Amino acid sequence: MMQIIAFYLFATILIASGALTILARNPVHSVLWLILAFFNAAGLMLLLGAEFIAMLLVIVYVGAVAVLFLFVVMMLDIDFAALRSGFVRYLPFGALLAVVLAAEMLFALGSWRAGGVQLAGRIAPVHSASSNIQQVGELLYSRYIFLFEAAGIILLVAMIGAIVLTNRPRGGVRRQNVAAQNARRPKDAVRLVNQPIGQGVEL
Amino acid sequence: MTAWFQSTFLGVELGWLVATLILILMIALPLMLAVAMIIYADRKIWAAMALRRGPNVVGPFGLLQSFADGLKVFLQETIIPSSANKILFLIAPIITFTVAQMAWAVIPFGSQQVLADINVGLLYILAISSLGVYGVVISGWSSNSKYPFFSALRAAAQMISYEVSIGFVLISVVLMADSFNLSTIVLAQKGHVLGFINGFGFNPMLLPMAVVFLISAMAETARTPFDLTEAESELVAGYQTEYSSMSFALFWLGEYANVILMCALNAVLFWGGWLPPIDWAPLYAVPGMIWFFAKILFFFFVFSWVKATVPRYRYDQLMRLGWKIFLPLSLFWVFLVSGFLMLTRYGA
Repeated sequence: MMQIIAFYLFATILIASGALTILARNPVHSVLWLILAFFNAAGLMLLLGAEFIAMLLVIVYVGAVAVLFLFVVMMLDIDFAALRSGFVRYLPFGALLAVVLAAEMLFALGSWRAGGVQLAGRIAPVHSASSNIQQVGELLYSRYIFLFEAAGIILLVAMIGAIVLTNRPRGGVRRQNVAAQNARRPKDAVRLVNQPIGQGVEL
Repeated sequence: MTAWFQSTFLGVELGWLVATLILILMIALPLMLAVAMIIYADRKIWAAMALRRGPNVVGPFGLLQSFADGLKVFLQETIIPSSANKILFLIAPIITFTVAQMAWAVIPFGSQQVLADINVGLLYILAISSLGVYGVVISGWSSNSKYPFFSALRAAAQMISYEVSIGFVLISVVLMADSFNLSTIVLAQKGHVLGFINGFGFNPMLLPMAVVFLISAMAETARTPFDLTEAESELVAGYQTEYSSMSFALFWLGEYANVILMCALNAVLFWGGWLPPIDWAPLYAVPGMIWFFAKILFFFFVFSWVKATVPRYRYDQLMRLGWKIFLPLSLFWVFLVSGFLMLTRYGA
């Protein structure tokens, strides 16, 4: 009973906030609705017994990705009229994407209902002896080790690529040498003078 | 207790709900009382280090000062700036306050004395603490004012930076304890060093990580050497500038609840949680909760001590410490700990 209530609560808020993400006029509001959607998706994962995935969803998407989104969007100076103007021009492309997504979901649901997949073996193991994380780890580091490492390499390459693309040498920048700053002692920087009255200061 | 409620007329599900709600109140209400007293303690310690008296008028030794402040704040008028985004402006302090309390669900106060004994406890803490930044960011943006906005940007960058190194520190603890469950992590520390000292922090291999975690915890809660988000010399009061009355008080309470949480995490992860420091039978006569609270208070004293003595960092120094020192160090330490465990525990 409680699980059903929780499911419908999470699902309703998820769908509503997903819709509001694209309907909100203010991009900051959009990002905040997106965060709410992520959060409720994590709640649905918890109901499925996939606690590890749920926590990762919150840590990675809500805790890091969405903060960076918000960081960028908050600093944008957006002209809302200009944002609305291209609506008709982008409509065909958007509609195409929507059709592709709908078709994919139809195929996925269709093959699932047709019973080609052994579903029982694919639900998250809830009541087993070892914990969720252990089972994910055991699969990830044995059966899917090459895929896992490939994903890691792709991320590494993407990270290096981003650094290379954004790293432009700028001239005339004064950099701080922290070691030199820390090595500086009072006797190098400060001179105590007992100055007699009536004489100029020797600098 | 849950079983007792489930055996009454309430039935299994409603009984569970009622019992959990009572347990939540049993944590949240003392927590608020603790926050009030710890604010008083903070001001007293700070005053003592500055050779002042601190609060000493309201109640004996000024003990009721926080309650007087709370009452004052409660009776103030709530001012909402006319150009602010009203809904978000009011939601932001609520987020900070709520999130600061949520993380306490998985903190073990003693053996079996934990509200939610979940397997992913540590990940839950990471997830909840990463939510804390939203209160600050949203309040800074929705105030529609310069300094709060600068503060929000600073907060977003600062919290992400230090969460990375905190994550790696937690990984090395998890590797050592072989679990994400906080109770299991505490139990794994029993007799960890030389068979009779409780606590990962006493292990010379994990001690540097304990120090990194303590400093990162200060940065994560934006306590003084790292309180760039509310640097009064530059940003008036940072993200709180436009807030008044209860909405300000919620930030205040949430901030201190977070500080106590970080002290509790220090105790749980590195210094044996509810276990006495030495694995010696007579010491177990003292209830575990007393040991746990003593450790929390000790770490809170360290936080106050640092606040009273260390000057504020510059923003570039803060970023340098997070990304160029703590991140490589903690990353290297994950390799070190996992390599050590491969050699000893799991066989070469």
